[in-house]
Amino acid sequence: MTETNSTRSRSRRNRHAMRKCIERIAWALVAAGAVAAPVLADELSSKTPAMSRGWEFAERGGADLLNNVCAACHQPDAKGAIRAAAYPSLAADTKLASTDFLLAVLLDGLRGMPPVGSMMSDEQVADVVNYVRTHFGNSYAGAVSAAEVSAARRSTKSAP
Amino acid sequence: MSDGATPSLSRRRLLELVGASVGGSATYQFMTRLGFASESPYRGPIKLEGDPKGASIIILGAGLAGMTAAIELRRAGCKINILEYNLRPGGRNWTLRGGDVTTELGGATQHCEFDAGLYINPGPWRIPYHHHAILDYCRRFGVTLEPFIQLNHNAFLHSATAFDGKPQRIRDIKADFEGGVSELLAKATRKGALDEAVSKEDREILLEALRSLGALDKDFRYRAGEASAAYRGYAKDPGGGVEAAPINGDPIGLHDILTSRLWRGLQNFLLYDFQTTMFQPVGGMGRIGEAFARQIPNGIRYGAKVIGVTQNETGVTVAFEDLVASGAVQEVRADWCVCTLPLTILSQIPLNVSARMKAAIDAVPYASAVKFGLQFSRRFWEEDEHIFGGITYTDLPIRQISYPCTGLNAGGKGVLLGGYTFDGPNSYEFTAMAPAERVKRAVDFGAQIHPQYRTEFENGVSVAWSRVPFTLGCAGDWSDEARSAHYNDLCQIDGRIVLAGEHASYIPAWQEGAILSALDAIQRLHKRIIAS
Repeated sequence: MTETNSTRSRSRRNRHAMRKCIERIAWALVAAGAVAAPVLADELSSKTPAMSRGWEFAERGGADLLNNVCAACHQPDAKGAIRAAAYPSLAADTKLASTDFLLAVLLDGLRGMPPVGSMMSDEQVADVVNYVRTHFGNSYAGAVSAAEVSAARRSTKSAP
Repeated sequence: MSDGATPSLSRRRLLELVGASVGGSATYQFMTRLGFASESPYRGPIKLEGDPKGASIIILGAGLAGMTAAIELRRAGCKINILEYNLRPGGRNWTLRGGDVTTELGGATQHCEFDAGLYINPGPWRIPYHHHAILDYCRRFGVTLEPFIQLNHNAFLHSATAFDGKPQRIRDIKADFEGGVSELLAKATRKGALDEAVSKEDREILLEALRSLGALDKDFRYRAGEASAAYRGYAKDPGGGVEAAPINGDPIGLHDILTSRLWRGLQNFLLYDFQTTMFQPVGGMGRIGEAFARQIPNGIRYGAKVIGVTQNETGVTVAFEDLVASGAVQEVRADWCVCTLPLTILSQIPLNVSARMKAAIDAVPYASAVKFGLQFSRRFWEEDEHIFGGITYTDLPIRQISYPCTGLNAGGKGVLLGGYTFDGPNSYEFTAMAPAERVKRAVDFGAQIHPQYRTEFENGVSVAWSRVPFTLGCAGDWSDEARSAHYNDLCQIDGRIVLAGEHASYIPAWQEGAILSALDAIQRLHKRIIAS
């Protein structure tokens, strides 16, 4: 808990600088990390971790974001999971017809769900929203733009 | 009281005098200085006085909050029953040992293959000395504690992008940072740059303090030499016999420490929550939950998934699925309810409480956190690197490596906490991986700090709290805004229901918060019961 505070207080500039450094490497490796086939330790280059550095997601593109962020709870098939309580399915989900709803969930969180969009750029939020609305049995028209995400972000409490 | 001027006054009289002359707040500060008033709201075992006339209370959740409520309310004469989702007590108070099987949301199952006596605490793992309530319960329930080593000067601070990725000893970074800063400050002081801020008398004392605490030499410089070596250690330690003289090492320059950002790691040894002495139960944190449960014979029904809570003027009805009996739905009714379910779960259960309380239940996101337990064929961190307990901090996604505080210097196998992420992108990224992949990554990252990982690793487990079936998250992650808008509503007694747990405390994610929340809730509830 408290150990996160020091990391969080890194300046935005630092986070961006660090992200820039690893962005190119991350591009290639994040996709590899999402593959289900067993990966031998030797195949993972220790110098090029396929994971984010700092407090903003390094993944780019809707598929990578979904596979490495959303899938943590909603599962890789986006069908959710249920035990003591549930992570809702995002597959064939009529709620996703509303981009406003999705943006609000990502930027503000919903009940126990943290506002993961606060750790993404406007482009990343747009990419993952557009991806989930056109995959997993969803085929909603009307992609959101980064500018619309920015406007939605300004209207919520998660503005940086 | 340092002046000893009033030895003949009784404590009570002394407090009366202070209270009478300058008011209650001064009394409290004075009491704190005397050591009578605790810095914790915990004032020792609670006393619930009055006859509850056989009032029945259903408690939801057999974590530390629920079991605290059960133990104290039963002692006060109430009839209690606990419904627990898991087949064991403790909730997030949990230890994984060899032979344990754990299945996460999504269905992935892990078999813990640790050797006998080795374990990992996936949830809480350390207890600050100022968490008086849990320490008191451990004492009362016979849970043996041992020191948890938070600061080991010989563990590492590591950055993949500093010092060519070579881990640095905490001892060196700490001594050299403090030495470098002290030298700068001494220089400024001696040049008169601080004359406006420091009196002439204080100036001399300040210089002496900087020399003493910053390990400066007679010329107020931080250099390789006896003074700095006494703090940072030696390039070659002193020995016996011929050629035994120590060789002093060269301090790391302040510029290199500043730009490495390794100084960030030092915060983990300064924060109040992490100051010495910290504790852990012998044999694993789960020993606490087990000890609590032994105080509640026949009081806990396991494998009960709560699916609805309904109250009216006369009582509370809880519907639950009996997971042991293949999901049959049953109901239990009681006069009152203490609900300790995590808000991730409670927010999804039909529950008739006020709109304000419901809004509070819906207002708290839960942190994502991941821990790793890795077994190695030998304790190379002790044998090769002389690291006995403590924590290495890194900017790699694993964030930290914690070395076991038990079995020190005895050889044999060992289990490391091979990583602990709390919030942030890496928590989600690790969680999204299959458990075996997580462990592979943790081994690969850890090998950047300890190359022995590559040859000595045997087996491992990982617990991703967002995929833990009984919590769907690690702990309540209150924002300041949410707390100011909703916290008080969350803590109210709503009709016949009161909530408790770490989420209903100002010590979120700590066991102390769960216990203090429960004690506060049942004291208020008990008053209500006696009055009704």
